[in-house]
Amino acid sequence: MAKEIYSRYPMIKYLRKEALPTALCPGCGGGTVLNAFANAVDRLKLDPKDLVVVSGIGCSAWIASPYFLADTLHTTHGRSIAFATGVKVGLPDKKVVVISGDGDLASIGGNHLIHAARRNIDITVILVNNFIYGMTGGQLAPTTPYGAKTTTSPYRNIEHPLQISETVAAAGASYVARWTTAHVYQLIESIKKALTVKGFSLVEVISQCPVQFGRRNRMKEPAEMLRWYLKNSVPISKAKNMSPEELEGKFVIGEFVNRQRPEFVSELNKLIDEVQEHFGLKEE
Amino acid sequence: MIIRGDEPEQIRLIKKLYKPGNYFMQGNEAVAYGAIFAGCRFYAGYPITPSSEIAETMARELPKLRGYYLQMEDEIGSIAAMVGASWTGLKVMTATAGPGFSLMQENLGYAVMTETPLVLVDVQRSGPSTGQATKGAQGDFFQARWGTHGDHPIIALSPTSGQDAFWETVRAFNIAEKLRTPVVMLFDGVLAHTRELVKIPDIEEVEIAYRKLPKNEEEAKLPFGDPHGDGVPPMPLFGHGYFTHVTGSTHKENGLRDVYTPEVHDRLVRRIHRKIEGNRHVYEKYEEHFTDDAEILVVSWGVTARPALGAVLEAREEGIKAGLFVPKTVHPFPGERMRELGKKARAILVPEMNLGQMILEVQRFVNDDVLLKGVNKIGGVPLTVNEILREIRGVA
Repeated sequence: MAKEIYSRYPMIKYLRKEALPTALCPGCGGGTVLNAFANAVDRLKLDPKDLVVVSGIGCSAWIASPYFLADTLHTTHGRSIAFATGVKVGLPDKKVVVISGDGDLASIGGNHLIHAARRNIDITVILVNNFIYGMTGGQLAPTTPYGAKTTTSPYRNIEHPLQISETVAAAGASYVARWTTAHVYQLIESIKKALTVKGFSLVEVISQCPVQFGRRNRMKEPAEMLRWYLKNSVPISKAKNMSPEELEGKFVIGEFVNRQRPEFVSELNKLIDEVQEHFGLKEE
Repeated sequence: MIIRGDEPEQIRLIKKLYKPGNYFMQGNEAVAYGAIFAGCRFYAGYPITPSSEIAETMARELPKLRGYYLQMEDEIGSIAAMVGASWTGLKVMTATAGPGFSLMQENLGYAVMTETPLVLVDVQRSGPSTGQATKGAQGDFFQARWGTHGDHPIIALSPTSGQDAFWETVRAFNIAEKLRTPVVMLFDGVLAHTRELVKIPDIEEVEIAYRKLPKNEEEAKLPFGDPHGDGVPPMPLFGHGYFTHVTGSTHKENGLRDVYTPEVHDRLVRRIHRKIEGNRHVYEKYEEHFTDDAEILVVSWGVTARPALGAVLEAREEGIKAGLFVPKTVHPFPGERMRELGKKARAILVPEMNLGQMILEVQRFVNDDVLLKGVNKIGGVPLTVNEILREIRGVA
């Protein structure tokens, strides 16, 4: 059986077979994200030996670590981008990718997210936003939609969600895009771009959690959640002409920024060269 | 391989930049130069009094050595970046003070669990909380030992002068590399800001250790194994195609997570303990003065060991048989030696700039019939020779 599956799925070559099957719940969007990431790596013909994947804590942190077959660093809650910063400085020629969830990267790790974008360090972040804390049992997240129910907002959520892509774009990232798990081909293209852009790149993936979020918000079937995404997604070009009231509860999708800015590790190495020159330290 | 700091180019740079000889410098600067001589080429930190001159010196000097200085957004990010960089083969350090040390504790535990070499300098200041930010103290003795959660071993050193700080920093790096473990250095605000004579050696006189790397694919596949029986696994660095998996969760020898099997957790955590306990010869260090015939033993550490020595010298002049024992590696405590010395002493005094911390370690190793007394002072001002001498006379 297992052999049959391995021969049917070409992307399986990118996975750590001894770690399978995954711990993800049936219907989870995490599988789609892993699939899209593997496809992006495959289409770019990247050697997994040139990848270091870093993740934090939570369901989405498991997507690439341990399942993706590369050097993987599974870190403490919220800190994966800071860990990845050290990796990138030490291995500037490798692609350093962070895959983790909204609670991990945008809540406890929000500070590192903003500052990595400001620094514009060449790291690709795939942020899986499922609006909820899945692994701890479905509690309120900073991304939970206004009015939604969770185990710690059993009546309704009175807080307003953080708009992650908008925030990271404003902080200075080189590339920011947002898609949902219902936009798989666009998602693969965006991950490909994010991996090739020199600078900080973020791909936010709105991803279904039928077990913890859907079940409490009248969408216990994964397909219902995907239909909800499709119905409420608004392309960024269209959203520009819409009022905040019209955009309430909608998911703005597309590329937020794609620009060139000085990148941190090259700046750091340029500075080192200048200092070497200034003090006459270069070997004659 | 890419462990930096030992290439001919680095030796050439150090020789060109730092002429051996006597310098007048702060303790903090001595720590920074010790790190540079030990091969540290990555520093990630967040400024905090009284440690900031370490960051400032590293920011100025590291680029000259093709090393990296990063000012992170906070202390948590600093130690996280260090762990990431250490897995790429860089020797890494950060420096902080009490509140920053508190923030670093979770990732210090991560470094223990993932067996990541790093050096964390805690320039102790008065507390709790913000306390006296600019003053020295010795209140983090147990924070170094028990600050992070779970059963874990830790190695902590504590220098007694600027000169000592240079060499103890070198030693901290060597221990971290040899045992693939984080090493804490408990410095203090008084020594950090004291300017005194520090002799910078020739780089050839400095012993520089490097972590054990896997000899073959087989060793590389077991990043948390114990192929040599010393508890220290070879470290497969990132970027070499080993597909290493590193996690702070309980993991098997191959790095993969297993949090369900009791034996796996037991085996991992006990090996990490055995690695530290079983390799005392690598890190155990203490200093003794007049302990051969000492009836009154002074046990002190860090900055306070200096007035303690002054007091012992003066007591000797007065004909009092006083001696001094200074643990330089304070964790794990040199308990065996303490026990031997405790048998000979009639009274033991433990001066420290806190309300009694190391005295509890001393107490574990001495009999009840010994008079054991703390000499404690807080408020940010170091103990004086006279204050300690008075106590010695009191028990003489």
